[in-house]
Amino acid sequence: MPTESGSLTTGRFGPYGGRYVPETLMGALEELARVYEEAKRDPAFWGELDALLKDYVGRPSPITETPRLAAQVGSGVVVLLKREDLNHTGAHKINNTLGQVLLARRMGKRRIIAETGAGQHGVATATVCARFALECVVYMGEEDMRRQRLNVYRMELMGAKVVPVTSGSKTLKDATNEALRDWVTNVTTTHYIIGSVVGPDPFPRLVRDFQSVIGREAHAQVVERYGRLPRTVVACVGGGSNAMGIFTAFLGDAAVELVGVEAAGEGLASGHHAASLARGRPGVFHGSLSYLLQNADGQVQPAHSVSAGLDYPGVGPEHAYLKDSGRVLYEAVTDRQALDAFAALSRLEGILPALESAHAVAWVMGRRGHWHADDVVLINLSGRGDKDVAMVAELTGAAL
Amino acid sequence: MSEHPIAARWRTLRAGGRRRAALIPYLTAGHPTPEASLAALQLVQAAGADFVEVGVPFSDPLADGPTIQRSTQAALDAGMTVPRVLELIGRAALGIPVVIMTYVNPVLAYGVERFVADAHAAGAAGLVLTDFPAGADPALEQLVLASPLALIRLIAPTTTPERLARAVRGATGFLYLISRLGVTGARDRVPPDLAEHVARVRAASPLPLAVGFGISTPAQARATAQLADGVVVGSALVDALGSGGLPAAERLILDLAAAVHGNGA
Repeated sequence: MPTESGSLTTGRFGPYGGRYVPETLMGALEELARVYEEAKRDPAFWGELDALLKDYVGRPSPITETPRLAAQVGSGVVVLLKREDLNHTGAHKINNTLGQVLLARRMGKRRIIAETGAGQHGVATATVCARFALECVVYMGEEDMRRQRLNVYRMELMGAKVVPVTSGSKTLKDATNEALRDWVTNVTTTHYIIGSVVGPDPFPRLVRDFQSVIGREAHAQVVERYGRLPRTVVACVGGGSNAMGIFTAFLGDAAVELVGVEAAGEGLASGHHAASLARGRPGVFHGSLSYLLQNADGQVQPAHSVSAGLDYPGVGPEHAYLKDSGRVLYEAVTDRQALDAFAALSRLEGILPALESAHAVAWVMGRRGHWHADDVVLINLSGRGDKDVAMVAELTGAAL
Repeated sequence: MSEHPIAARWRTLRAGGRRRAALIPYLTAGHPTPEASLAALQLVQAAGADFVEVGVPFSDPLADGPTIQRSTQAALDAGMTVPRVLELIGRAALGIPVVIMTYVNPVLAYGVERFVADAHAAGAAGLVLTDFPAGADPALEQLVLASPLALIRLIAPTTTPERLARAVRGATGFLYLISRLGVTGARDRVPPDLAEHVARVRAASPLPLAVGFGISTPAQARATAQLADGVVVGSALVDALGSGGLPAAERLILDLAAAVHGNGA
């Protein structure tokens, strides 16, 4: 069972989080929180989830040494990847969708909706809906559908309906607005499987708990193999679910440096980035109070990242809390650095990372000399890069 | 202490033992243009509105349907900001109570204490925040309650009895019942279970009760006025204003006013 950190049931992480939603949704959030609390205490719930994670997802995911990459980072440094890319559907997202679909079943809800950016969460939602014979509707920005055509088709193959979102910036934030509008309309029959540690309480803590399997496994795997804890744990942060997933197990280990890497897009100074923690200020967006890219008038500003999964102007409220507390260091890397890391990991290790995860790899590659021999650096490789190949080819001018 | 303008208005509507329902139009500040928006505010008052809701545009209006989304985006594109909305309300200098409707973030960004003070100074009498359910943020709630602005609470068909009790405790001015599940936007008919929800809210609070979301035609407004104390019409008016300009908006308000006021006299 997951261990708790930060908020318990108040729905707040320090000042952050909360339930800033239309009144229409409050009953559903209270029901979800109640059903989740019951499920958390029910060994049968975790028994079923653990079995699915093992036999359907393929957990535990391995940790992999990257000797050629590590040689570039520092002599004798061990750089490890936590291989969420090897999960069924190719990313960490399914850890959460499986947990939430079991909750939806407990609530008797037969219709599932989701938002998706890169398409990974949409695919993971479509997957579990197929597995449990539930109706599935995925909202996806028109711009993201163009960037991620393959994932759109994957969702459709599994029986999901993908609805293009044409409002606003036509990306993840607008897809989330549209999913929330659907939920307000169909709340009595529908569960909204939110894809990250964002949104109103209880979503940030519930998604964190379902993702924290990543860190629990990695903690045990590193200690078992190396007899010590990692010096540094690194993960990319968009909404921040893979980062919370791997950080949570290490929050209590004060000697372990935790680093969240945001998307700096075309550079933090350019204004075209998705670094909510680095450049945003607290605001209310999609149901919770957290750092937010907004103008002086409180209007949400469009984010930019080469990676659709990080292209989001908000961030999970627990990250806001961990930033203020200083427990986690938040950094940012540019599109260019992420693309270079994508190429480097492919060439050096034979592993194509998702562009999202490539941000975490890029941060480590940019810290040559930061670690000593025998230091273990653990990177959460949250997803595989197959979905990004066409996009990378387009950006680098390669003909496919 | 003088009577609150919203309470005074309800008293006028009930003067002499009548029970006259209130027409409460919604307009997005700055739509279709900032100047036309000023004219529209004055027009709805002249055409028979009893209160007016003024929407402060927000970039991510997750409780609004396409009509109001388009209107708020147009207002933002035209350069509408919170200070400009307050200036617009001040310039309109309406005699009927003005209720500001928006989302939490523009108010937070402006500063809650400064917002309630400046909104009051501009002539606003009440505040509805779409994403601010009772209990969501006690500190913010206290700042509004301590201000001269009425804190108008939204009640939904899904509001549980426990939540209803909590929502009416902190409410002032009137209660705003959302007629159905879903976002704002015109619908074909008044939902069949509306009377039941109205009765539920009435049993929980003596405050006047307005009903909105999906009411677009005079016939729907008349049916709603038979149940509730106030009828809110938003998307239909925003649509009329956007497509037919001020004359179309005026015709709609005159028809709605006749429908709402004709009842119960």
